[in-house]
Amino acid sequence: MNALLEASDLRRHYQVRAGQGLLAARATLRAVDGVSLALHAGRTLGLVGESGCGKSTTGKLVLGLVPPSAGTVRYRGEALPSVGTPAWRALRRRIQMVYQDPLGALDRRLPVGRQIEEPLAIHEETTPAERRERALAAMDSVGLQPHQYGRYPHELSGGQRQRVVLARALMTGPDLLVCDEPISALDVSIQAQVVNLLLDLQERLGIAYLFISHDLKVVRQVSHDVAVMYLGRVVEQGEAESLFAAPAHPYTRALVSAIPTIGPRRERLLLQGDPPNPVNVPPGCAFHTRCPFATAECRAEVPALQPSADGRLVACHRIHEPALKVAA
Amino acid sequence: MVAPLVALRGLSVDFENGGRSSRAVDGISLEIAPGEALGIVGESGSGKSVTWLAALGLLPGRARVSGSVRLEGHELVGAPAATLEQVRGRRIAMIFQDPSSCLNPVHRIGWQLVEALRLHRGLDGRASQAEALRLLDQVGIADARRRLHDYPHHLSGGLNQRVMIAMALAGQPDLLVADEPTTALDATIQAQILALLGGIRRDTGMALVLISHDLGVVAENVDRVAVMYAGRLVEEAPGADLFGAARHPYTQGLLAALPSLTGPRHRLAAIPGTVPDPWNVPAGCRFAPRCPVAEARCAGTAPPARSIGFRHVSACHRQVEAGFSVWALPRAAE
Repeated sequence: MNALLEASDLRRHYQVRAGQGLLAARATLRAVDGVSLALHAGRTLGLVGESGCGKSTTGKLVLGLVPPSAGTVRYRGEALPSVGTPAWRALRRRIQMVYQDPLGALDRRLPVGRQIEEPLAIHEETTPAERRERALAAMDSVGLQPHQYGRYPHELSGGQRQRVVLARALMTGPDLLVCDEPISALDVSIQAQVVNLLLDLQERLGIAYLFISHDLKVVRQVSHDVAVMYLGRVVEQGEAESLFAAPAHPYTRALVSAIPTIGPRRERLLLQGDPPNPVNVPPGCAFHTRCPFATAECRAEVPALQPSADGRLVACHRIHEPALKVAA
Repeated sequence: MVAPLVALRGLSVDFENGGRSSRAVDGISLEIAPGEALGIVGESGSGKSVTWLAALGLLPGRARVSGSVRLEGHELVGAPAATLEQVRGRRIAMIFQDPSSCLNPVHRIGWQLVEALRLHRGLDGRASQAEALRLLDQVGIADARRRLHDYPHHLSGGLNQRVMIAMALAGQPDLLVADEPTTALDATIQAQILALLGGIRRDTGMALVLISHDLGVVAENVDRVAVMYAGRLVEEAPGADLFGAARHPYTQGLLAALPSLTGPRHRLAAIPGTVPDPWNVPAGCRFAPRCPVAEARCAGTAPPARSIGFRHVSACHRQVEAGFSVWALPRAAE
């Protein structure tokens, strides 16, 4: 199957000052450090990880909003054109972004209907009447009422605002949406509405999603495949249901077991300490400082992301040892 | 039954805003036994935080608090400031979602801990230093002696929340009110903090009120759960009953809206509509406009809280039968 979007060995490094003051030494922050992903048409890839793991930066790299330090992004087999060129602008119609905070993504001084129309004014030659008609159609497809066309963002609830953002993203007929924590700012009862809406839109329009979230339960609900990131790298990737049912990488196991759930108690793999500073990533496997199974090899050598028995990709030196499974 | 440690009776809070008054909390009655862990669940605007801020007299002047809050029989609503000073921190301590905004950025951690110890326990000099070290140790901060000299911005969110918990423990409170204590933290750090709170409760016998929007967090960490919606208590029950056999349509809806981490994936039941604004709440049952089984009387009169089982209370006219979910009805949820 040909990928809709393919990222290979993406890296994004930032030069920062380590410590305080002007004289502090320069250091490199490796926000994303060698990430390869493939997104297929009409499918959802979930990207999970804790804050600072580079999942949002990966989303921006895929869109070309942030230029990579190294690596390539290919859309339908072609390299992503450089930002600002007409070719890039044409491509941006096909790939849209949805952010966490809909109020921040909307203009408070414009009625939402006008904002939904705006992508058409930018990307296509249309008359105002056409634009209005298509905006109303988009509003209908995300469950907004026609009378809400003239409302301002502050007059709508959080869930309705996120629907406005989605309607706007749909105006140019994209085939990929990068959703960065699209429902994290919403209440529990509204989250379910937006999750269902995203699934309906995918079924109807065949849109692919890169779904970035820290909420594992929601990611499992919407994703076909999931990639787990830790300190700028993918540590495990595979089919969503099997990955959450039987996580293989020790970090994924800790992350999944840390999710509070209703129902019978599960075994919990409690990690010690905080994730290391991304400016000062430990040598070897970045997770070894918190990993209960780390050995000398883990401290020295970076494990490669390798396929295991069932097609799952895992980056762990000790993954084939049966002892690891018992120890948890 | 043991005499309650804290008892709220008909607690209401009104906010005056430019001549317009809105009721954020409407007649909440709740009890907490010594050493008990009570979870308060609700979405934004449900009044779950305001209830406890009101109980401790921490709301601004434009809030009018009525009803009763008793700590071992002593009334706190309308009590003089001096009485509340004796309660806050010493008998009932509170921690919040964002630890870095609750710590003073210009003072070292050690200084802030010592201040709390002087205020609440009258400790000074070497004794307070030793106690500060012991507290940091108790909340699992490694290398406590060095951390005493750190500023809050030197520490991660998880460490700052541990410091907040240490400060809350400084007064050896009988009750800790934790308002979304792990919402700002990553999953693996959240698990650490919740395990820490559980351990402290086992060691000290402190009671806990855990306020959270996360049903999973509440399910795993408390004995009893109260569900709030738009300023009112809608259901209250022991954890196993509430999560296993919820009877109020709103509670059932919250549970049905949650994706699961195991088992087959199926479409979520989404509660239609949105939470009402506090200045524009519906008459009668406040959940009626979103409720799939609402009748005419639901929009007319507010349902009283009724006992429907052992320590299980639900405020619903419909008295949904046990084992039946109103969201399982065809198309109820769209």
